[in-house]
Amino acid sequence: MPLPVGGGDAVTAVAFPGARRRTRGGRLLSAVMPGAPQLLVGRFGAGLTALLVWVGLLAVLVLRWDRVWAAVRVSSGASLDDRVALVTLVAGLAAAWVWSFRDAGKVQELRWVGVSQWVLAGRAFSRNRLAVLGAVGILILYLVALLAPFLSPYDPSALGDLLTERLVPPSTAHLLGTDHFARDVLSRVLYGARISLSIGFVAIGISVTIGTLLGAVAGFFGSWVDTVLMRIVDMVIAFPQLVLLITVIALFQPSIFLIIAVLGLTQWTGTTRLVRGEVLSLREREFIQAAGALGFSRARIIFFHLVPNVLGPVIVAATLGIGNTIVLEASLSFLGLGVQPPTPSWGTMVADGRSLMLQAWWLSTFPGLAIVFTVLAFNLVGDGLRDALDPRLRR
Amino acid sequence: MTAPLLQVTDLRTYFFTDQGVARAVDGVSFSVTPGETVALVGESGCGKTVTSLSILGLVPDPPGRILDGSSIRLRGEELVGASEERLRRLRGNEVAMIFQEPMASLNPVFTVGEQISEPLRLHLGMSKRAARERAVALLNEVGIPEPAHRFDEYPHQLSGGMRQRVMVAIAIACEPALLIADEPTTALDVTIQAQILELLAQLREHRGMAVLLITHDLGVVAEVADRVVVMYAGQVAETGTATEVFGFPSHPYTEGLLASIPRADRSGERLRPIPGVVPAPNDWPAGCRFADRCRYAWERGAAEAPPLLELETGRGEERAARCWLVAEPARRHPPIVAETEQ
Repeated sequence: MPLPVGGGDAVTAVAFPGARRRTRGGRLLSAVMPGAPQLLVGRFGAGLTALLVWVGLLAVLVLRWDRVWAAVRVSSGASLDDRVALVTLVAGLAAAWVWSFRDAGKVQELRWVGVSQWVLAGRAFSRNRLAVLGAVGILILYLVALLAPFLSPYDPSALGDLLTERLVPPSTAHLLGTDHFARDVLSRVLYGARISLSIGFVAIGISVTIGTLLGAVAGFFGSWVDTVLMRIVDMVIAFPQLVLLITVIALFQPSIFLIIAVLGLTQWTGTTRLVRGEVLSLREREFIQAAGALGFSRARIIFFHLVPNVLGPVIVAATLGIGNTIVLEASLSFLGLGVQPPTPSWGTMVADGRSLMLQAWWLSTFPGLAIVFTVLAFNLVGDGLRDALDPRLRR
Repeated sequence: MTAPLLQVTDLRTYFFTDQGVARAVDGVSFSVTPGETVALVGESGCGKTVTSLSILGLVPDPPGRILDGSSIRLRGEELVGASEERLRRLRGNEVAMIFQEPMASLNPVFTVGEQISEPLRLHLGMSKRAARERAVALLNEVGIPEPAHRFDEYPHQLSGGMRQRVMVAIAIACEPALLIADEPTTALDVTIQAQILELLAQLREHRGMAVLLITHDLGVVAEVADRVVVMYAGQVAETGTATEVFGFPSHPYTEGLLASIPRADRSGERLRPIPGVVPAPNDWPAGCRFADRCRYAWERGAAEAPPLLELETGRGEERAARCWLVAEPARRHPPIVAETEQ
């Protein structure tokens, strides 16, 4: 559907699915079941998210009441992990409820006036069901990672009885079975989400920041600054990444911080090239010249006028990059260079289960599936964002 | 005569490229007095825009450079060679500029209001709230309906004419003494053009702001300009008051420009475009730069470059043309006669 732009008030009343529909029986329903009223009027993304968060967190609260209570009591000696999980639980419940309650009371009227390109992109995104599914998946993954102390049935590093509980296939006691140290695989997969997600997120955060800064500087200043920076990028790209990672990690003691730093400091090249290319074309646009003619400093033009304009493609690249980084971390762990035992990591778990593949298929399969689904979710969201942020692909 | 607000003397802005030196602006002098509208007129490639960028110190360097000996004085203060810091405080504050493309001159990711507020906060140190109030007042002043509402809109939600009004609002936000308008109406349709010109004229009257209007549209010039500076090939071809230049063009280039606009009052007449194009700026001819395209050209033009020759108007106005015809008026023949179609 073509976007009516530039007309002002005349286009407010354009027929649009979801425009001017009032949520029926909104407030009452939303008070009991946040997200349900939104789902009823066909707002798939927002409704599903709120409903899932509400139901899921409520289930955790009820089923794991003893642990939640332990985290609440000051004297129980609860760890920082428990407290973080508690805060996540309470904040998530509150957010879902408050949002849904307030949202259901409003007349749903889509405005075209005073709407930023981000809002327009958000609308395009929420019409893409696969992407919304991916986003919901990512939200669940982060909730699982934060709530792992409440969710996991066992301590992920606790050894069970090596005689009776070793390599137990999936059963009611151990939903995903146990490994060769009689540790519960489900608990380890849940805790493993923390490693993968935090490494992916922080490493990409570092690399995107570096990449955007260098790319913007190279593109804006051009001439020798550009040449020097881009040749450095070429050099970093020319070096096989995995070899570089292995060398650096082999030189130092592998730790999660080292892995994050190394992954973050080797992946900025793609973003740099992307941002430089965008800035090169933006720099010639008249609004950048106009900013110069208004007496803005170079730093101001770069950071306040150019960078906001390249954020779209950067966010897409970052989302896809997180998936890529998670796979890289898993490969490093598989090679034994990742997070060191007993900290559970999906890559390490796949590697450990490899030799026992024929006797205990569940050891490698479940962490492997976790990697696949996580990367899939990030890629779906990345593709969805790319379509939503590109006005030419917006329908 | 009042002291000039802007005095440009012998401005030379050259571009040093691999294909040789492009003498985009080559010895241009003119002045603007407070509250006056001066039009810089000429075809594309005559150096109009480079002249305006030179005034703001925005010529891309490298490859561009303003040569020593050039002088640009604003209220007597020399701007050539001034520090970047000084120029930055000047831009948007004392001298503002509006660009040709209103579609591309606004940053798509910020609201209109944020973009008007930014120079206010930067140059005048206003608080966010004060800047907002001022911006709404400015939007109102440039004739945008519901200014408080429009403040929060994004450029893509405005029409071309609205956007150009917003550009004008941004430009006049800090009450500049001089507004440089680089083809402000070229990208707009005719009714909107008239509105924008009207707006500029009003603002000039209310604020006593001088306007340097850069255009190739002689219709626009006739409507708003007090004085005209006709540029050709990086030089001033002719200067004078608008009435003088339009009534009695003395440079054949001006004659040609005037003969090539369609006029409603002379229907049935053929348009007589100037043959050829402006020569490339790295390859100006040695003699008169217009000789190749001139209908009166004789040997003197090819051999000797004419200086700017003073003309007598009998009314004490400054009037000059860079043409040997001023020295040898008998050569101006045949006089321009309307060639009526059979």
